[in-house]
Amino acid sequence: MDQNQQIAKAKYKALFRNRMLTIIIVSFTPMILISSIILYQFYTSYHEKVYAHLGTIVKKHKRNIDSFLNEKLGNIRFIARTFSFEELSDESFLQDRLVTLQQEFNHVFVDIGVINEQGTQVSYAGPFKLGKALYSEADWFQKAMESEYVISDVFFGLRGLPHFIIAVRENHNGRDWILRSTIDFVAFNNLVENIRIGETGFAFILNREGKFQTKTLLDILPEKIPCMDFIKNGRKISKEGICITEGVDDSGEKYIYVGAFLKGGDWLLMFRQRSSDAFSDFRSAVSVTLAIILLGGLGIISMAFILTKMTVKRISQVEQKKRMMNEQIIETGKLASVGELAAGIAHEINNPVAIMVEEAGWIEDLLEEEEFKEGENLGEFKRALNQIRAQGHRCKEITHKLLSFARKTDSRVKDLNINNVIDELVTLSEQRAKYSKVIMETSLQDNLPNIKASETELQQVFLNLINNAIDAMEKEGGTISIKSRLDGKDVVIDLADNGPGIPQANLLRIFDPFFTTKPVGKGTGLGLSICYGIIKKMGGEISVESNVGTGTTFHVYMPLPGDEEDQD
Amino acid sequence: MPDKEKRGSGRIRLLLVDDEVGFVDVISKRLSKRNIDVTQALSGIEGIQALRGQDFDVAILDLKMEDMDGIEVLRIFKKMVPEMPVIMLTGHGSEKAANEGMAYGAFDYLTKPYNLEELVEKIQEAAGQGR
Repeated sequence: MDQNQQIAKAKYKALFRNRMLTIIIVSFTPMILISSIILYQFYTSYHEKVYAHLGTIVKKHKRNIDSFLNEKLGNIRFIARTFSFEELSDESFLQDRLVTLQQEFNHVFVDIGVINEQGTQVSYAGPFKLGKALYSEADWFQKAMESEYVISDVFFGLRGLPHFIIAVRENHNGRDWILRSTIDFVAFNNLVENIRIGETGFAFILNREGKFQTKTLLDILPEKIPCMDFIKNGRKISKEGICITEGVDDSGEKYIYVGAFLKGGDWLLMFRQRSSDAFSDFRSAVSVTLAIILLGGLGIISMAFILTKMTVKRISQVEQKKRMMNEQIIETGKLASVGELAAGIAHEINNPVAIMVEEAGWIEDLLEEEEFKEGENLGEFKRALNQIRAQGHRCKEITHKLLSFARKTDSRVKDLNINNVIDELVTLSEQRAKYSKVIMETSLQDNLPNIKASETELQQVFLNLINNAIDAMEKEGGTISIKSRLDGKDVVIDLADNGPGIPQANLLRIFDPFFTTKPVGKGTGLGLSICYGIIKKMGGEISVESNVGTGTTFHVYMPLPGDEEDQD
Repeated sequence: MPDKEKRGSGRIRLLLVDDEVGFVDVISKRLSKRNIDVTQALSGIEGIQALRGQDFDVAILDLKMEDMDGIEVLRIFKKMVPEMPVIMLTGHGSEKAANEGMAYGAFDYLTKPYNLEELVEKIQEAAGQGR
């Protein structure tokens, strides 16, 4: 039995594990798949959105800066074209022009100067004492002599401050001259510095050599900026001249770089933002999703656990019931075959018994004859023969009872005297009761009216009750008293024992199918539920009262036939 | 012995058909002490043969025999000698067969084991009717 239980336990454990795994896999797979797909889609579109946003901003600023430079160039070119070399060579006139420009453009122009073909400054207006400075070696001067105008890179020059120059070349009487103005670095720098996005996004400008053309907020070494490489390796430049890429710095931090060329490709406007900062919304969305998946997963696992536990419990209950049913069927089958066997034997025994009785009768007949009448042992002979006959009749009675009981269940309803049924059952059960030291008493009311019931079914009910009572008192012995009485329109049979009694909790379930307190294999828990069913079918009632330690009494109420007819 | 003498002596001629030898023996002896002459037949066939050669006042027929079904024997008896009353012997619980026998014209039935006096009474009753 222990081994069986262990096997069953292992079976249910495996069932539990498999079911739980199945539920978890089936639930998790779509959840994870869908979440991954959605996250991936979201990631892609969010990236595009961020890139587009940054691209737009950089593009706008590129335009601003370009137009700033063009405007300043336009201003200088305007002065150079409007006024002659002679006029501008006059320093006081030049000073007036500078003042006008500064008033107009908020001190963007720092100074202004006129330079001749040889690179010598002819006149100058501005805060510095540059006088007749010679610019023939200056990079911007050489470039200006080659093209019509030049906007230089930022440099320190003679004055030792970062600045850049806008120069325009004009021709006067076959001789080239140059009008040059210095742009206030601070004013220009503000244009770029104003580009601030998030916590880490800022912009700067590099020239072709990778040198900063603006003040940077962070100490970024120019070498570290993927300037031209970035253009080469990065994404292709869009129609608007915007290029976006991502890179990793020395500390392993990921950055987004957005670049655009200024000044016809001489300068590169770069915007840089830490990826984590740019994608902070995406990151929080991912966190929320992961939290939902985690919580959902916990929910699924706990539900899978509870549901599986319940299902397995239910299955084990059903199987337990099935097992009991099978036991009951086998038991019934056994009983039926034993019953048939007993009936056969009882039938066969009748013949030899009849012969014995008849032979005894024959001896009695012979004893009547004269020659034996004088025999001294005649009385003893007669007594012995009587005894043989009496015992033979006893055998006959026993076999009759056994036969009438073993006959197939006959549920046909007929008029019955309940007292006869009880008497018969008591005789049948007495032997068993004796073995269990149980005494059976009856107190049957005379002249009870007949009831309408199936005899075999009633026998089944009372035999069950008697057997249960004997089972209960098997250890200690006791008394079963059966009383029949008339109570109003019912014939009542009280079957009481003085056994150990039934606890209150069990009393409520006593008529439930499969409820048993007997050890496994001993009782099916069906007996009393069948009794209940039979009595109910006959229109009667069965009830029980019990006190632990005092005993148990079953009351069976059978309606009188008249009562039923009245109802009909 | 001539027929007339038998009648005159008031003895009843009985054909007992039963395959239980011990039972047939002792019953024959006891019945013969009670003014009944018993012709024994230990099977249905023997019973039919006996009935061909002789007249009987009453027949007793066990319904449960090895060779032939008692009911079958009863039907043959009733064909051969319709006026002869037949008392059937049945086991306990086979009243159904007995009822069937009654339908075929049996006089009465007794369930085994029975009281000898009861049997004698039944035989006398049947013989009175048969005559």
